[in-house]
Amino acid sequence: MSLPAWTIYLPFLGMLVLLLWPGATSRDARRVALVTMLLAGGAAFLSVLRYNPDAGWQEIVRLPWIPQFGIEYHLAMDGISACLLLLTAVASVVGVLFSWNIEHRTRAYFAFYLALIGGVYGVFLSRDLFLLFVFYEIAIIPKYFLIAIWGSTRREYGAMKLVLYSFVGSAVALVGMLAILAMGWRETGTPTMDLGLLARIPWSGGFQAWVFPLVFVGFGFLAGMWPFHSWAPTGHVAAPTPVSMLLAGVIMKLGAYGALRVGVGLFPAGVQMWQGTIALLAVCGILYGALVALVQQDFKFVIGFSSVSHMGFVILGLVTLNRYGLGGAVVQMFSHGILAGLLFGVVGRMVYDRTHTRQLPDLERMHLNRVLPFAAWTFVLAGVASMGLPGFSGFVAEMFVLVGAWSAFPLYAIATGVGILVGVAYTLRAVRRAFFADAGRAVAEAVALEHPLPPITWPEKIGAVVLLAASLMVGLNPDLLFRYVLPGVDGMLGVMAKGGGL
Amino acid sequence: MIEKLASLLVLVPVLPLLAAAAIAVTKRPHRQRASTLAIGAMGLSCLIAVSAFLAIAGAPEERLVRNFDWLHIGNTTIQLGWMLDPLSAAMAAMVSFVGLLIFIFSKGYMAHDENYTRFFGFLALFGAAMLGLVIANSLLLLFICWELVGLASYLLIGFWFHKPEAAAAAKKAFITTRVGDMGLLLGMVWLHAATGTLTFYTEGGEGCLQAGALDSLGAAGLTARLIAPATLIALLLFCGAAGKSGQVPLHVWLPDAMEGPTPVSALIHAATMVAAGVFLMARVFPLLEVGAAMHGESHSVVTPALTVITWVGAFTALFAAFIAVAQNDIKRILAYSTVSQLGYMFLGLGAGGVAVGMFHLLTHAFFKALLFLGAGSVIHGCHEEQDIRYMGGVRRWMPVTFATYAVGMMALSGVPLFFSGFWSKDEILHAAHGWPVSHIPFLMGSLGAVLTAFYMTRQVCYVFFGPQRSREGADHGKAAHPHESPRVMTMPLVILATFAVGLGIFGTPAWPWAQSFLEGEHAHLAFGHLFSGEVLAVMGTSLVCVAFGIGAGWWFYGRQPISSAARPDALEERFTPVFVALKNRLYVDELYEATVIRFNALAARFFDVVDRWILGGAVAVIGYLVVGFAWIGRFLEDHGVNAGFDLGCRGIRRGAGAGAALQDGRVHNYLRALGIGFATLLLLMTWGCH
Repeated sequence: MSLPAWTIYLPFLGMLVLLLWPGATSRDARRVALVTMLLAGGAAFLSVLRYNPDAGWQEIVRLPWIPQFGIEYHLAMDGISACLLLLTAVASVVGVLFSWNIEHRTRAYFAFYLALIGGVYGVFLSRDLFLLFVFYEIAIIPKYFLIAIWGSTRREYGAMKLVLYSFVGSAVALVGMLAILAMGWRETGTPTMDLGLLARIPWSGGFQAWVFPLVFVGFGFLAGMWPFHSWAPTGHVAAPTPVSMLLAGVIMKLGAYGALRVGVGLFPAGVQMWQGTIALLAVCGILYGALVALVQQDFKFVIGFSSVSHMGFVILGLVTLNRYGLGGAVVQMFSHGILAGLLFGVVGRMVYDRTHTRQLPDLERMHLNRVLPFAAWTFVLAGVASMGLPGFSGFVAEMFVLVGAWSAFPLYAIATGVGILVGVAYTLRAVRRAFFADAGRAVAEAVALEHPLPPITWPEKIGAVVLLAASLMVGLNPDLLFRYVLPGVDGMLGVMAKGGGL
Repeated sequence: MIEKLASLLVLVPVLPLLAAAAIAVTKRPHRQRASTLAIGAMGLSCLIAVSAFLAIAGAPEERLVRNFDWLHIGNTTIQLGWMLDPLSAAMAAMVSFVGLLIFIFSKGYMAHDENYTRFFGFLALFGAAMLGLVIANSLLLLFICWELVGLASYLLIGFWFHKPEAAAAAKKAFITTRVGDMGLLLGMVWLHAATGTLTFYTEGGEGCLQAGALDSLGAAGLTARLIAPATLIALLLFCGAAGKSGQVPLHVWLPDAMEGPTPVSALIHAATMVAAGVFLMARVFPLLEVGAAMHGESHSVVTPALTVITWVGAFTALFAAFIAVAQNDIKRILAYSTVSQLGYMFLGLGAGGVAVGMFHLLTHAFFKALLFLGAGSVIHGCHEEQDIRYMGGVRRWMPVTFATYAVGMMALSGVPLFFSGFWSKDEILHAAHGWPVSHIPFLMGSLGAVLTAFYMTRQVCYVFFGPQRSREGADHGKAAHPHESPRVMTMPLVILATFAVGLGIFGTPAWPWAQSFLEGEHAHLAFGHLFSGEVLAVMGTSLVCVAFGIGAGWWFYGRQPISSAARPDALEERFTPVFVALKNRLYVDELYEATVIRFNALAARFFDVVDRWILGGAVAVIGYLVVGFAWIGRFLEDHGVNAGFDLGCRGIRRGAGAGAALQDGRVHNYLRALGIGFATLLLLMTWGCH
């Protein structure tokens, strides 16, 4: 049963096709990318449908790779992977749709794009720590080129900042990883990088106390954890729109996933030692991101900082060590992936590509609600969804995190509530200033005649509708995701209770 | 039959929701289709809700719940569901019926608006969410609908978003109510943590409002010798209720919300949504009662939570009534009046229990919707004029509106015997009178009743009597004088007026059918109750209050027709002259009158100032503080975090530059370095050999 593995192979195959087809026009490249992503996404959906959440880990492939260090090519999935596979499937397809207008070096663009997605699928399926790390790095490199070549505002700066932050994070995590290998070798007598086996090793408290923060923060860099978040807003702004969508949508989730699997999963005692500190950082991130988003003039920065705020919920959920918090964190990863993707799509593709400005004072004069009503209403819906309006995915996720946090650290739960409130304020501010600041129909029509904007295209509409539908489906029937996520979380907590003496 | 209706009850919110979805995909020019969909869906909902109401009216002790699993968490599940009990049935019937009438009214009122289709879409969305809220059998579902009505309210207040005031009011409303909602959310999370469920009632008795859960909530506090968790949860939930229902200090958004179209004010900001807070408190009343100390013969239960609710309600009732006296915008007067009446409801709920508060909620919904629609009709007829100083004499041109408005005004003022407002307000005053903690809320309530009668009389005199006073420079041409509204607008007025009168029959002390129904009991006819000493005394007090209020109003505003809009308000005018007369002639009556008036006017101004400057200022200061922190954050971001990062990069670049300078590609330089290195090595080695 190797269907899930094809989610990794297909994007790389697609990349090869693009690289080996020099005559491909932009149109061909787009089609290859779309077909590849649809196939990979289809494979992801099918494998999630076939996966039985009560069965625990489902093996996919297991081959020896570097036996001297116990490193294997080992893919497997559980409920948490399943949730994130779904996210990647949706986000990657929609990302291609929103890349439809890329004309500059299209072939190369999509080749990088596919490589990145292949890496992302790989991370979510890796059961071997070393393999996870390899895929993690594979996903980072194309990101640099995508931003540096196709980006906008200060793109070299943004790209370099992002890559440096990623690599510093990786380096920190790498140290932790080597320590895990060495320590595990000493404890058990055989080298292993298998996450399942590592989780069962009774690590000493002293070891956990220093290696847990190393690993957690190392991966936390990419998850936009405060105060290591600074790459996120700049990177998002510099990136071309579809890449911002992927950055917020799936790349930040890689960090959170690493922190969950390696940090929380292996070192329950370490989490207990550090959970207060990390929760404090998470709450700071939630409040800080929201406050800074409140005074931005650049529309994309608003969304960029809101991402920091929303990812704070994920970090907070991860360290609660209970099923509500962890389950909520995973669903929040999904929810934020979908909604941030949508918000960036509206701001970057629908608005910026047409108006060529993202400054709110300029947008105020453009009467976008009349000129681009589809964009306006999509943004309103995405905005209310991301501020946690019930009925959309964000509400369920944030509520689960809050319930989890309430039993772990009630005071932080209250501070988080304030963060949600500021979230309402910056969203409404952005909605109003960007779309609904106008002086009536006549003026709007005059402006529209002066600067006609091209209408919203079908790929954009389809992409937006798919994302909104995904968020609504999860919001109305959260069981769709929780039926996978919660058994996964329970399985993890069970192993942690046995291995680490939680 | 009743079982079947209970199952069908889910259609009550679902039908408007489907209509909203259908309207959302309807193109703007299909105006007729949009309004027909919304009105049709609401009509069907109303039919079902009224049938359910009639069914349960015969068996008020019933509570039929329909729960379904929403989410499985291992072996526990989160359930959502709806229920048919007297409270939900009465609310569903009221909301769908008043909603239907207002939808019909809107068809006339919004006939010329360019976004007619969107308006009905939002209205239907609101109807769906509000009806979902009232039949919810789970705090979670209630909260979901609660937020959705908030969203619909935001969209509708800001419906004319091209007016900056409307856009600002929409934002203010949403954010202010969200402040309260955070309390509600936290209370909900706490309740879930403490009882493990958010379902109100289940057939097995495991709901969070049933004995088992409540006992554990009350007991936990007794052992810890602290405030019981039930009290704190109840107070957190009350934060949400206070925000939604405009209680001091979270009332600031409600008067501003009048920037929305008038039918919206009638539906959302008078009859239904703002009453949701009172409804929520009524719904979770068992939680508020936890740990109650019973006080002998008076039937009041007293708990810390209920005491807080009573005081907040009483204060708001009086505070808002004072402000209403000094307003000139027809809708703002009604808005402050709504805040005041919501205060009465909380007062009644806190002092007298569910039935007292809820009965006033129901009667108020009808007569306040009537007043707002009447105001809408006047505004429509007077060519969008909202300032009562520029109206006058409208009675002559708008007889139907005048008659129905008068009914509404008398119901709100509490004119005895024939108007529902009298009976429901009397119940509240009665409950406040018997409240064992303090008598002050009763006095506040009575004074509020005087003011209510006073400001309503003032408003009616200004609008409907005297000569016409149109704005100077206004168009004196053909359409100068007001015109009566079309039938589609007056019909709902007449129906609402009928109910504003008729509902009172169901809540007299002799036959307290509505109260018994809401408490799940059968009513008994007993005329004796009407004449018991305390009942008569309270009725007498409220009679005197109303008579005094209306009399004073008439004295100042009705006796002499108000001739010109520029003339200052009678209260304002009378300050100094009456004061001087008092000094010179020393008439005791006039002295008394003048001090009362002076105090009244001063208090009105004072509260207005408090409202505008202190509370508004506090909100603004908090806003500035938040923005200030945000700027500091941004400054740190730009100059701290980023600067550090840039500095690090520069260091690396310089280091790299220095390294690169060594590799300059000139062979003789390399040779030179090689030579020096070789010599050094030789020297070191020879030295090392020694």
